[in-house]
Formats: sequence, structure tokens, C-alpha cells
Amino acid sequence: MKGLIHALEPAGPQAAHIASLWWFALALCALVFVAVLGALFVALRRAPRATGGTPPDVTSLHAPEPGARRSVIGAVALSSVGLIALLVASVATDRALAQLSLVDAIGIEVVGHQWWWDVHYDDADPSRTFSTANELHIPVGRPVLLTLKSDDVIHSFWVPNLHGKKDLIPGRTTTLQLQADKPGAYRGQCAEFCGAQHAFMAFLVIAEAPDAYQKWAEAQRKPAREPIDPEQARGRDLFLSGSCMLCHAIQGTPANGRKAPDLTHLASRTTLAAGRLANDAGNLRDWIEDPQRFKPGVNMPAHHVPEDQIKALVTYLRSLE
Amino acid sequence: MSATWDSTVNHQPLDRRDGATGATAATDELERTWSERPGLAGWICAVGHKSIGKRFIVTAFCFFVVAGLLAVAMRLQLARPDSKLIGPDLYNQIFTLHGTTMMFLFAVPVMQAMAVYLVPLMIGTRNSALPRMTAYGYWMYLFGGLMIFTAFAIDMSPDNGWFSYPPLAGPEYSSGKRSDFWAQLITFTEVSGLIVSVDLITTIFKLRAPGMTLARMPLFVWAMLVTAFMIIFAMPAVMLASTMLIMDRLVGTHFFNAAAGGDPLLWQHLFWFFGHPEVYFIFIPGLGFMSMIIATFARRPVFGRAAMVLSLIATAFFSFGLWVHHMFATNIPEVGKAFFTAMSMMIAIPTAVQIFCWIATLWKGRLHLRTPLYFILAFFFILLLGGLTGLILGAVPLDLQVHDTYFVVAHLHYVLIGGAVFPLFGAWYYWFPKITGRMMGERLGRWNFWLFFIGFNVAFYPMHHLGLAGMPRRVYTYGAETGWGPLNLLSTVGGAMIAVSVLLFIVNVVKSRRHGEPAGDNPWGAASLEWATASPPPACNFRAIPVVWSEEPLWEPLRRPTHVSGLAVDSREVVSTTVLDAQPDHRYHSPSPTPWPFIAAIATTVMFIASIFTPWAVVWGSIPIMIAMIAWFWPRAGETRKQLVLEKRP
Repeated sequence: MKGLIHALEPAGPQAAHIASLWWFALALCALVFVAVLGALFVALRRAPRATGGTPPDVTSLHAPEPGARRSVIGAVALSSVGLIALLVASVATDRALAQLSLVDAIGIEVVGHQWWWDVHYDDADPSRTFSTANELHIPVGRPVLLTLKSDDVIHSFWVPNLHGKKDLIPGRTTTLQLQADKPGAYRGQCAEFCGAQHAFMAFLVIAEAPDAYQKWAEAQRKPAREPIDPEQARGRDLFLSGSCMLCHAIQGTPANGRKAPDLTHLASRTTLAAGRLANDAGNLRDWIEDPQRFKPGVNMPAHHVPEDQIKALVTYLRSLE
Repeated sequence: MSATWDSTVNHQPLDRRDGATGATAATDELERTWSERPGLAGWICAVGHKSIGKRFIVTAFCFFVVAGLLAVAMRLQLARPDSKLIGPDLYNQIFTLHGTTMMFLFAVPVMQAMAVYLVPLMIGTRNSALPRMTAYGYWMYLFGGLMIFTAFAIDMSPDNGWFSYPPLAGPEYSSGKRSDFWAQLITFTEVSGLIVSVDLITTIFKLRAPGMTLARMPLFVWAMLVTAFMIIFAMPAVMLASTMLIMDRLVGTHFFNAAAGGDPLLWQHLFWFFGHPEVYFIFIPGLGFMSMIIATFARRPVFGRAAMVLSLIATAFFSFGLWVHHMFATNIPEVGKAFFTAMSMMIAIPTAVQIFCWIATLWKGRLHLRTPLYFILAFFFILLLGGLTGLILGAVPLDLQVHDTYFVVAHLHYVLIGGAVFPLFGAWYYWFPKITGRMMGERLGRWNFWLFFIGFNVAFYPMHHLGLAGMPRRVYTYGAETGWGPLNLLSTVGGAMIAVSVLLFIVNVVKSRRHGEPAGDNPWGAASLEWATASPPPACNFRAIPVVWSEEPLWEPLRRPTHVSGLAVDSREVVSTTVLDAQPDHRYHSPSPTPWPFIAAIATTVMFIASIFTPWAVVWGSIPIMIAMIAWFWPRAGETRKQLVLEKRP
């Protein structure tokens, strides 16, 4: 799955604040590093060499060393100034992060599951809310208020190009405010160890122009497309008569499972299995037949069904744009 | 002082007393009195601090090597994207066991082990204060370690990380017994860690040679005193937490179950209230090694001794006030986080003080450049870098980006390997001659050092970049499209270099133990008391207990009295002194060898392991422990009579 991922290539104000603090802290630390190692280097160069037999110099036990004392006190004072500067910069950045205006913000609830992301778009009008999984679309230039929850263990939501991370903790609700200023696909990944497939609990945040976003959201609000040919219809029947619907939901059909990603508009998404595979027919088929091959330990069972049935199922799911 | 001392010693017939000028017969008898018994039984009964210290160090080193091999396995798996070498189930066990072993079975115990061996020698006494308890602590540590690796061998080792966060480690998401083994390992290491700490504090407070006031105490002993107190204050938190976890898992309590009113964050507070100080009680003994070795190889006392001691104590205090910086990504209120940022910055100051004092020492010293000093000098480069990235992690906004990424993996290895392992290797090169009587090979030592130093930086420096590029920790693999492949491969190459360097170290130890150059009492011309006795030290450590007049006793002219004489040679007597001024206080009868600590440790092990499978084991398992403990403490008529006789002599 392609997607930009780097903490120091900010695509929004929050990540940009953090990146500026980073460069400040890095410069300060580099300065300290060079100064201290420089002093050590000079010390090692100038001190005469000795052996174990060299008589020790114990004069310091009986006489103070004002020169060394002054240097050490001076160095400690300078270090303290540097630390205070870093502290002030850190607190100031914290304030800046908290001040992102949430006027006109889009509310998105993200629920972490082992090992995928359940995404609900909020709306004042309940009929306009909708659900998707593992892929968030957001309009460029508009703030987003993420409400983060977990259905099982602790996860952590992290899109380095947009903001730092925030944990999803069972029994608690956390929030994260971010905004994208540049269009693009930004990769995110769970950052808190959450079990066997922690490594493949990724997602995409796709920032796009406001009208493109509106178009996408309108499409997502619609129920799933009806089958347009017998093959698709057969696929739907298989989906609804088999075990799929026990866990998955497809809006507009009786399938309303909540234990696995909502598949209403599966074909509109970029990836399968939380960023594990590119979303194409071959991968979809392989995934349905043997998910353990790609994500050992994943909760989805293998489905070994006859050739014609798997074909129909894939054809139907691929039609859900 | 000598007058008051002479009047308090017991006046036995001359040939029954110790002393530097004592008769050969007395010296021989003293040696017999303090020797361990021969054979396997003697090995099990051993209570001498040198016997226990040596086996403690060797055991900890074995765990270091095994955990290091686990790290090599992880590096091989991560060397290229989408690698199928190790699956997620095994990988998660491996990284958990690597972290758990390094933290609980290597880093903390090895420092205590070094102290068990060195402290009584450095403070001029004949054994630690509570040697049987220390023996029990060692056996508990060994059995706990054997338990967890047995669990690994039968595919039952924990797989939730060394931090074992519920609910992932709780009953609902971690079925089977894996997490229970983890929680019980913590119990084993807590028992051992607390016991050894109590022993060290008692030894340091009560058994220092007459005249070794607190102000004259060697800096390593200071570091271990501070460490031992920290362990006593920090360990109960994780003890409580791991007990609550195992109760959640075994008897259905809900301490960490949000659905039943518990709270997963409670675990994090308790765990890190222990976990952060833990980093510092690994680091502070390293600072102690630094001060000892720098003084010797700069041929002068460490500059700013009082500042050094106060810095150790300040570090210990501050370390209890920064646990929340492991939890910045949770929903803790912002103002609270700012406080912990300030603390995280402040703790840098005492470390800075020490670094500047050491540089001043080197600046004004004359340098004897040998392998131990090389390892010490590496500290400045590595620890400094790790400390600076620590400041970055302490700042909330930066932490939100790099927390739980490979940036942290880089940071913690820079701090722990730079701050503790490099000084520890330096310490091994430095004290090996004392322990074995032979020098370690200098040529192999340099190879060992340079391979380790370069390999370390090649392995861990790239991880900073990987973290910023978005690579989270604890992933068993990653896709090629992330672009993390090349730096991971480089890191694996560095890991291989470290493995080779540790192998060279082992070769050097094995070779030098047999064929090394004989060391003599004081090969480095050092100042502290352990170098005043033979190498290896006799069973009684010192034929006569030295009297200390200076903070660098072997570097200053001798003053009279030079030693204390008059302790019994046929009984394990040591001198107990006052806490602050080390004025002779009384004679203390040190316990003799006994198998009961070993038997009690076996009984405790049975109870701990059985309680993983049934809570009732806590009930019936206590009975054998009680029996073993009663037998252990039961007064023996012969010994009591002998002590009474010694006590009654004028």
C-alpha cells in the first residue's frame, strides 16, 4: 500500500508544529553533543600518558581546584538554560497543538479492533452518518475531530504526516484534532502493540479537495449497489446465506455484522485487510480463501468454496463501489 | 580511635586471633573457617559473597548471551521486508522474552551481582551482612530464569511484551498460561532483587571497615547504596501490578477490566512507577563503575566527589517523578503531562554534573589507556546521544510522534547499552584480574571494544531514522512499500558485529582465565580496598580488617593503626561499625554455610510455579516453605555455645 509516511514531512498544521519543535530540539541537542564531546576530545589529547605504575596525583584531596570547579559550574548552568529553552518550546508547541480551531470540524469516530479500523462518519442528521473501514477521507483545509475508542485491547492511532499518535483505550474515549493542508494519501499504522497482527494494522488517510470529498461522502452514504447481472446476484446470495454476514455488514442487505469491516463500498477502497493487500480481484479471492496466509492469527476464518462460488462472491464484492 | 578500638576487641590467646602479622597457623585456620565446604554439597551450601557473586555474574552473563541471541533472531527476521523466517506468534514471544530477560534477568541482577562480589571487598569486610538470604535470592533468581526459558522451550513463553499491558495480557485476549509465566517471573525476580537490596544496604551501613565514613565510601558503593534503596521503593509497585494481573487471570478479579469497572491505565501507572526508576537502577551502578575506573586510569581522584554523590541521590529522587512520560499518548490531562516533561528535563542535570566532573577528571589527569578505559570513554559518546534523544522523548509533542517507534528502540539501547553495558564490560576487564588473579588479553580486548562500539552504532543509529519514517516497534515484519528495508538490513549487519564482539569477549575470558598474565594484588595501581588483598582474594578477604583514613586508601600514606586485629580465627566474626562514621561498634557473627536457602528456594519455586495452574498452590505450597524456613532459622546448639564463649571473653 502506497502512502506517504514520515514524521518530518508535515502535511498539516499539527505535524508542522511538531516538526518545527523537532528541528529546534535537534539543533540544541547537536550543539550540546558537539560541545561535550569536543571538551572530552581536548581533555584526552592534552592529558599526559601514564601507566599503572605512575604515582597517583592526590593533591586534589587536600587542595581545592577552583578552575575545574568554575568550568563545571558554568557548563551545568549553560545546560540548565538549554533545558529550560527546550521546556518552554515544548509547552508552547503543546499550546499551539491545542489551539487548532474546531469550527466546522468533521467528526469521525474510529474504533480499534484486532486488527482493523472501524470508521464512522458523524453527522447532525442521523440518516447521513455512514461507516467504512481502514480508510479515512478528509477534505483539505478543514479540521477533523477524531473520537477514538477500542473494542478490545489498546491500540494507537498514528498518521505521522498529519499528527502524533493517540491511544485507543478500552473504557475510555480519547480525541485527536488534525487537519490536512496538502492533498495526498497518508499512511497510518497502529503504534501500540496489540497482538499477533500488530504489524499489519495499517490504514490510509486520503486528503482531497473539498468537492472530491463531498462526492466521496455522498457515495458512501448510499446503500450498497444492487447486483446488475446473475453472477453478482449469485454472489450476493452466497454472501447472505453463508457465514460472511455473521461478521460483516453490507448496508441495504440483511447483512449487519459488526465484528468485521463494513463492506458496503468495499470496492471503493484502496486496500484489503487493513493495508495488508492491494484491493484487486486476485487478492480478494486469495484473502477469502486463506486469510491466515497473509495475516496469521487474524480472526477471519478460511473459506474453501467451489470455484464457481468463489468467483461469484468476488464478482459481487468487486461490484460494491 | 585505636585506643577505643583495642579495648573493645576480644582478647583471645594470640594464636586464635587474626591480624596482618599473625602466625601462619592462625592465617590457615582463618582461611579454613571462611572456606566453602568442598564438593557439590559445598556448592549448594555456599554463603560466601564471592562464591555467590561469581555464580550470580556468570548466570546473568548467560542470560545476556541468550537474550542477545534472541535479538539476533529478530534482526535476521527484520533484515528484509515481508520475511517469512519467523512467524508472528514466535516473533512476539521472542521480543517479549528478549526484553524481559534483558531487563529482569540481566540488567538489574548483573549490577547487584557485581555488588555482591565487590562491595564487601571495597568496604573491607569478610562477607555480606545477610549471606544466607543472598544465597536464597540467587537461587530464586536462577530458578525464575530457568522457569521462563523452560516455558519458551515448550512454546508457552509470554508474548505480550516486557510491559505486558492489559487487556492484551488479561484473561480475555491472552488465553493459555503464557502471561501467567511472565507475571510469575516478575515475582521471582522481585523476591531476588528485594532480598539482595536489603543485603547490600545492611552490608554497606553496618560492615564498613573502621574509619570508612560515608564521606570516604567508594563511589561504586555509593551508587549501589542508592540503587538498593531505589529497588526497595520501586519494586513493590510492579509486584502489586503483576499480582493484580495474575489475580485477574486466575481468580477472576477485574482490576484492569474496563467493562467491569477496572482500568487498563491503572496497570500503566503501576508498571511505569516501577519501570522508569528501573532504567535508573540499571544506569546508576554504571555510573559507579565509571567513577571507579576513571579515577584509576586518570591516576587521580574523581573531581567533585560530593557533587557526584549528590547527583546520584538526585537522579534517584527525580527518577520516581517521570513515569508518565511513557503514557503521553493516553488521555492524561495536558497540565499533568507538562509537569512530567519538566521532570524529564530536570533529571538530565545530575547526569550532566557527573559527565562534566568526569571530563574535568580526565582533563587534569594522566591517562593510562587500557581496555577498561576504552569502554568507559564509549559511554560519553553513546550515553550522551541516548540522553539527548531522551530529552526529545520527554517533550510531549515530540514524544507523540516518536513514541512506540524504532526511535525509542534506538534511544533505549543507546541509554542502556551506553549507560550500563559499556561500563559493565569495562568493569569486567577492570575487575577480572581481582576475581581470577589473571589479566585479560589486551589485544582481544581492543578487538572486542572496537567491534562492539562500531557494531553498536551501525545497529542502532539507523533506528532513529526508521522511527521518524514511521516504523512502529514490535512489528514482526513490514511491507516493502514502506521503504524501511535498507536501514533494517544495515541494522542487522551491526547486530552481527555485536554478536562477534561478545564472542571475542568470551574467548578472551576463557583464554585469560587459564593463560592470562598473573595480575598481582593491584595491577592497575588503583586506590580502593579490594586491591589491598590478594588476587583472587582469600576466603576471608583480608587477613586483617583494614582501618581506613582516606577516601583513596591505597593512594595515601599509611596511618596507624593500619588494621584491626583480634577477631576470632575459628569462628566467622566480622566487625560491625556505626552507620555514619564507621566507628567500631561490635563483633558480628556471620552465618555459616547451610543448604536451607537452597531448599527454601526450591520450595518457593514449587509454590510459585504451581500457583500458575491452581490458586490452591498458594495454600499447600506455603507449608514446605514454612518448614524450610524454620529449619533455616532454628538455632544450632553448637554454634550458640561457641558464640556465647566468644561473647563472654573479656
